[in-house]
Formats: sequence, C-alpha cells, structure tokens
Amino acid sequence: MKRVPLWRRYARFFGPDPAADAKDELRFHLETTIDELVHRGWTPDAARHEAERRMGDLRALVRIGARIGGKMERRRQVRDYWSDMLQDARYGLRTLVRDSGFASVSILILALAIGANIAVFSVVNTLLLRPLPFPESRELVRIGPPPTPCGVSCATFSADEFEEFRGQNRTYEDVTGYEAYTTPDNVRITLGGEPQSATSIMVLANFFQVLGIQPAMGRLFTADELRGGPHPVALLTNAYWRREFNADPAIVGKAMEMNGGAVTIVGVLPESFDFGAVFSPGAKVDLFTPVDLTLERHWGSIVALFGRLKPGVSMAQAREDGLRIGPTTYHDVTQPETKGQDKDGFLPMPLRDYVTGKLRRSLIVLWCAVGAILLIAGVNLSNLLLARAAARAREFAVRGALGAGRGRIVRQLLMESLMLSGAGAVLGLGLAAGTIAWLAHQGAVALPLLNSLRIDGAALGWTVLLAVLTATLFGVVPGLKITSGNLQEVLKDSSEGAGLGRRHERVRAALVVSEVALACTLLVSAGLLLRSFVRVLDVDLGFQPERAAAIQVAYDEIGSDTVAREERRSVVYQEILRRVGALPGVGAAGMVDLLPLGPNRDWDTPVPQGKTFAPGALPAPLVYVISPGFIRAMGIRLHGGRDFTWDDGPKSERVVLINASAAHVYWPGEDAVDKILMRGNEQDRVLGVVDDVHEESTETPSGAQIYYPTTQQQPAWAELVIRTSTPPASLGPSVLRVLRQINPNQPATELRPIRTIVDRANSSRQFFMLLVGAFAVLGMLLAALGIYGVISYSVTQRSREIGVRMALGASSGRVQRDVLGNTLRLALIGVAAGTVASAVAARLIASLLFGTSPWDATSYAGMILLLVAVAVLSGYLPARRASRIDPIQALRSN
Amino acid sequence: MDTTKLEFLRGTLDVLILKALMWGPLHGYAVTDLIRRQSEDALLLEEGTLYPALWRLESKGLLEAEWGLSENKRKAKYYRLTGQGRRQLRHEVKTWEAYAAAVTKVLSATQPPLAEEAR
Repeated sequence: MKRVPLWRRYARFFGPDPAADAKDELRFHLETTIDELVHRGWTPDAARHEAERRMGDLRALVRIGARIGGKMERRRQVRDYWSDMLQDARYGLRTLVRDSGFASVSILILALAIGANIAVFSVVNTLLLRPLPFPESRELVRIGPPPTPCGVSCATFSADEFEEFRGQNRTYEDVTGYEAYTTPDNVRITLGGEPQSATSIMVLANFFQVLGIQPAMGRLFTADELRGGPHPVALLTNAYWRREFNADPAIVGKAMEMNGGAVTIVGVLPESFDFGAVFSPGAKVDLFTPVDLTLERHWGSIVALFGRLKPGVSMAQAREDGLRIGPTTYHDVTQPETKGQDKDGFLPMPLRDYVTGKLRRSLIVLWCAVGAILLIAGVNLSNLLLARAAARAREFAVRGALGAGRGRIVRQLLMESLMLSGAGAVLGLGLAAGTIAWLAHQGAVALPLLNSLRIDGAALGWTVLLAVLTATLFGVVPGLKITSGNLQEVLKDSSEGAGLGRRHERVRAALVVSEVALACTLLVSAGLLLRSFVRVLDVDLGFQPERAAAIQVAYDEIGSDTVAREERRSVVYQEILRRVGALPGVGAAGMVDLLPLGPNRDWDTPVPQGKTFAPGALPAPLVYVISPGFIRAMGIRLHGGRDFTWDDGPKSERVVLINASAAHVYWPGEDAVDKILMRGNEQDRVLGVVDDVHEESTETPSGAQIYYPTTQQQPAWAELVIRTSTPPASLGPSVLRVLRQINPNQPATELRPIRTIVDRANSSRQFFMLLVGAFAVLGMLLAALGIYGVISYSVTQRSREIGVRMALGASSGRVQRDVLGNTLRLALIGVAAGTVASAVAARLIASLLFGTSPWDATSYAGMILLLVAVAVLSGYLPARRASRIDPIQALRSN
Repeated sequence: MDTTKLEFLRGTLDVLILKALMWGPLHGYAVTDLIRRQSEDALLLEEGTLYPALWRLESKGLLEAEWGLSENKRKAKYYRLTGQGRRQLRHEVKTWEAYAAAVTKVLSATQPPLAEEAR
C-alpha cells in the first residue's frame, strides 16, 4: 500500500488542476481493482494487466475529466466573483449610508462634474462629431472663395455662374444654393385676417433634392420651377405649418396670399429639417419659394452655392475641378468682360466645416475646461476617500488580520468609489439633460444645430466611461495607499490611525496643490475670455445701438419708370418719417435697406475722378441705400460734409456718403468732401464722410462702405430706424399704427431694438465666456472644498500636538497663524504651478481672445488674487477651530 | 445472459448512480461495486462510462465531490447526493417505474387490445 506522497498535498497549491484530479481518481480505481484481483489470487502482474484492460483508454478518460472539471471550475470562479461583488456592494452601501454626509458631498461633486462633462460632450458631439442631419452629409460642400473682407457679396454667385458651374463641373452630383440676401420677416402673408410678416428663403428649385430631404407632405420644387414655373409656389416649414395652419392635413394645393399675390402651397417640409440651425444660426425660417433664375439674371451675386460631390470624389479633386472651371465662367454671359471674374470662387469646403468650423476651437477649449473640472472633482473625491480611509484604517487592519488580501480590500474600496461615481453619473445625467433641454431652446444664441442637441447613445456611453474612469482612477489610488501600510502597527496603535494619517497628509497636500493649479488655469483662462468679452462690448461699432430700434416697412415699388418710382418713394418715405418722427419719444427717424451685422452686398467698384489705381487696388464697397435722417437715427458720426436731404432728389446731382476707410483708400491724406466718384459714366459727389460701421461682426473691422440716397437709388428693402428717448419697446404699437395708416398692407412686425442685433452678434462669444466662467467658478469652489478638507483634517489629526503647544504657552493667535500659513503655502505652490499651466493654456486660447494679450497681467493678477483669497478663506474655518482647542481636553482625549 | 455485454439504456446509468449514492457518499469504485452486487452481477459498469457520468452529474450540481481517505487508506474522491440530486432521483425513479410498467404491460399481453370506442 502506497502512501500519498507529501508533495501531492501541495499539488493544488497553484490553483485547481482538473486533469490531475481526474488522474488521481482513476489511479485510485486502478489500484483498488488490482488489490481486489490479487486478493482473489491473481499474480500482481496479471492483476495490473487485467485492471488496465478494464480501464480502457486512460488518457482519453483523463481528457474528458479535465474538460468537465475545467468548465465547472470556471463557473465556480464566476459565481464566487459575483457573490464577492454583491457582498462588496452590500457592505459598501452600508458604509456609505452610515457616512451619508461624506457620500452626499462626494455624489454632489461628481454629479456637477460629470453633468458638465456630459452636457459639453453633447454639444461637441452635435456640432463636431455627429454627421449633419442630412443623408450622406459628408458629400455635401459649401462652394465659395477663401475668406475675403468683402463679406457675403464675394461669397455668392450670379445666376449665370451657377448655371455654368452646374453644367461644366465633373465632380458634383448636383449643385444648388439659396438667395443669400434674406432679411427676417421679408414677406407679407395674408391668411384672411391682418397681414402677418414671415421669413421666406428663396432657394434654387433643386435645393432640397441635393440636401436629400423628403417632404413630410406634398412635393418639393420641380426642375421647371427653376425658371419660374407655371405659377408661384411655396413650401412650408413644419413649424410654420403647425403654427399658422393648425397642422392642416389638407394644406397641399391650397393657396395663400403672399406680398399681394396668390401662392400655391405644394408641400410641407419634415420636422427634422431646420434651415436656420444649419445655414443661419439663430434665424427662424417659415417658408421657401423657388428662385426664378430668369428674373434674377442681372441682380449680380445673390446665390450662396452648395453642392453634393459624386461618391468617392475627394475634396482635392473637387477643388481642382473648381479651379479649372473658374477662369472660363462669365459673371454675366451678356458681358464678355466679366469672364473669370470669380475665378477662384468655386472652391469646395465640407459643409460641416462651413457650419461649425469657426466654433471648433471654442468647443475644444470648453471640452478641456470640463475635463479640468472632472479632474478637480476626481482629486477631491480621492482626497475625501483618503481622509475617510485613514479614519477606517483600523477597520481595514482588522479585515486584513482576519485574512482579507490586499486585492480584496482595494476591490472593496473600488466598489465604493464605483457606487459613488455611479450615483454621481446618474444625477449628473439628469443635470445634463436639463441643461441640454434648456440650451436647445435658446433661440437667442447664434450657434448652429442647437435644435438637434440631445442626450444620445454616444452621450450615455460617454457617461458610463467617465463614471468608471473616475472611480478607477481616483478610487484605486487611495486604496493602494491605505493597504500599503503595516497593518500590525495600526492595530497596536490605540489612536485612530495617527501614524497612517501623517503619511497620507503629504499625498493629500499634493492632491490639493494639483487641484489649486487646475482651478488657477481655469480661472485665468476665464479671466482672459471675460476681458475679451468686455473689450468686444467696448468696441466702437460706428453706430450707437442704445435707444435705437428698427422695424421692417412694407413698401411696394410701382411702375417701371425709374424717376417716377424715385419720386413716389421720396414722397411716401418723407410722409412715414414725418409722422413717425412726430410720435412722442422719437428723436430721429430714417430709412435704410440693410441693417448692420446682417446681410450685406456690394455693387461695383467706383473710381475717384482723375486718379488711376493699379487693377485690384480699389475695393468694391458695401452698399447701403439710406434716406435723409438715417445717419442721425442710427447714431453714425459724420466726420465732415453733410447728410443727405430730401432736396437731393431724382433730378438733382448724384450724391453719396462714404465711410472713413473708403475715403482713406480713395483720397489718402486729403479731404474727401466734394470730391467726385466715377461709377462708369455716372458722377457721384461725396457729400460727407462717416464713421466705419461694423458690418460683418462686432469683432472684425469694416472695409469700404458707400451710402446712396433712397431718392436716387432703389433700396432692396425698407427698414425704418428710430432713435428714441424712451425704451424702444414701448413705442412698437404706435409706430406700427402710423405705418398701417400709410399702408394698410403693413404686416404686424416687431420693433426690434438695435441692441438685440448687437447682442445676437456677440451671443456665441458671450455663451462661451459664461460657460468657461461658470466652470472656472465651479473649479474654484471645488478646490476651496479640497483645501478646507485637508486643513480641517490636519487640524483634527494634530489637535493633541496643538494642545501641547498651547499648554506650553503658544497663543491662540499663533496657532491660527500657523494653520493659515499652512493653507497659504499649499495655495501658493498650487498657484505657482497653475500660472505656468495658465501660460500654456493661454497660448491655446490666444485665437479666441479679442484685444487681450494671452499674457494680460490684469487677468492673471486678478484671478490669482481671487484664488488665494478663496483659499485663505477656506483655511480660515479650520484655523479658527484650531485656535479654540482646549489644551486640557486635547491632552486628555487620547 | 452475458452480463458484461448488457447495454445501458440512455438515462438509466444516471439514475443507477444516483440510487447507489442514496445511502451515503461513495467513491467511484464503490459505486460500481454496489451496482454489481445489487444487480447480483447482472450489471457491470465499465470505468469508461462510469467516470464521465459521475463528472457530468457533478457538473450539473446533482452530486458534490470531496477528497477523502478510502478504507484501504488511499486518497479517493467521494461523491454525495445534493438536494437537487435527491429530487432528481425521486423524479427519475417515478419515470422509470411508469415506463417499466408500461413496457411490461405490452410485453406480457396475451391478447390484442379491444377496439377503441368512438368518442
């Protein structure tokens, strides 16, 4: 009889081995059989042979055993793991509930940080990551020249250019566009009652087909409607159809009155299509009508071009194609000299870049800012966990002594931080959903695609990722730190983890320093952006937006004789201005066709009389057609000369006003007043020079501008601008009443304060500034919380030492100063590191700044002072507590 | 009848093993031994079928195993019925008895069945 060898007791030392188990079991069987046979009188050799014969293929049998045993073992491991996990979760929940103060603070911090991250991620996802809301949107491009100072006019094309390019290109599936010069409330719709104004965009008839949009009802425009079609037609946006037609299911085919003529509604667009969200952020569009190319042939550059590339065509190929066609296209086919006028104009740009390209950097900055917030929150969590773990050192020591491995304890802590971050993530998701819902309805913010903001699968995935990452990163570190100590020492030590606490203090101090550094970076960045925003608000726009307001006036030109039209217009405008000007509270009134910070256009290139310039040296100035009084109503300064008067009529001398930039180009160093500008054969006398008016945006300086009188040129639209002595809003009804008296067809239109136009132009900067600012404040508060936690904890830990010092004669003021000094030291180290980081961050956001250097000392100093003050304040509370320690109590308590 | 050639019907083997373990934990050799003696040498289990069956039953949770010392002082693996195994045994015995009774009825019939009445 053999004994079980000693080594076999340890055979399973390195984990279970099912194959060896099966072998052992079968060997026992074999040996027992042999014993039995020998007992019955077989010789040992014969017995062994017989036993092995009966056993059959031993190795095959062992293989089967190993397979079944292995499967069982794996199942058992999974089961054990889950039951451990459940146990951890139950235990974690109990400890968290017991320590509900800690738990709720941590969850709140994490919820704020994760919520901010989800919200920003959703914005980034919508604007930069998710495809545009069109089928195969990657093939869609904007067609235009590289950015130029002359604005919309240079980025648009004539009807002829569109047709030539559409016919000659080889790389586009199709080319389309829309009329770029649309002002809000540009049409008058009458549905039985009073006329209402609505915004209509004229699109090329194939616009929706190229974008890949299917109508919700009815049909899209057809190819023959590119040239007028048999009768006027319109497509309604879904929102307009719901609002004005009560979602009438039988709307298709009905007629409505638009600008005095009948228009047939041929279809309703789907709810998912929002023209404004993609092409004109912040704008609300009500309906679409087809551009009639034959009518608009000679209107110059009016079409903003878009196209869909053929599948597989690269941007470079399309670019080459555009450069090939450019030189051979005529701006106006009837005028040979216009050949190749826009030769570099047909360059493709991905539609996404056109829509959101300018926001990319801002969004990335925002993303970094929330990333920093998450880091600060995570560090805070880490800190709180460490503090808590030090208090629980005995608990862990006992568990360790009872046989819990280090991994098991780390796992337990990880489970707890996972539960915290999970709860934080759920709460944060709620916060983010609220923010997103609010943001999606911010019509006043001129950001594209806002309407399609939502929490989608990607955002949910991001949430889970953040929660797990935060928990792991910031939960494991304290776990490892705690379990690295000597358990016996803790058990022996009667005071609560005193030895351990000291060691952790350094780690915690380092964590706080990094928090302060991050908060400092955020604050400085926010400070720079805030200062930029203030600078933008301070920009001299060239006009005075306060107490000025504009309203769209319905005025239809009648007749074909130019002089007769001008005379009639003169009379009507004078009457409007006289009556509106007589209203109480109205200081000045004037008419203009295009308001600043909206669409703009140029006509031609006037030349100063008697001078020659190199070709291309003269600008094509932006054109405004204004009535007398507009300059005063808008608050534009007149540098020299005089404003238009009603005496500058259709038959008198042709006159213009030019801005300072134009005067500087035409007559550098001279007085431009009374000089003559030549437009072909027409002589225009410069009556006066006015300030440059910011045209494209509040931030970019303006180029040459020219003003023609409404008495001599036909304005494209009619905006009435009034300067008021009372808040403009209250004047709306009386102004509208006056306009109705003169023209019963005047639709009910809003009197818009000019300020709102400026605010809208600044809204995206303001939006980003506010967000980064909010994140910076949040970061600062979290850092303050971190400082408070560390200092407060160290005061608790050292209460005995402080007691001794006070017993030996240290004054309470001295103790307080020491604690505050400690705080200040942490804050200053953090700020020093933060300043370096800020300098790096400032370089990143340099292109987002306006009139502010990335090294702007005021911003740096202000923010650093603020941070240090907050830090000292958060150290003050524990310092006060320290100074009130009763030495007797402190000494007795241990 | 040649006892070594007696084939086990599928499923029969499992119920026999469960039954053998009804009186207490046994190792594999003892299981064969018990079945052989109980069937008066009619049923001889081969190792090649016995052990895979034991392992399968263990993996299904009907048996649980433990290493112990045999009566001849060797390390042996003992199997014991779990609660689930006991329930399974009761169920299988019932099934088997019903099956056997049905088969017996058919095989021991002396005349064809009566014609069924129309319902």
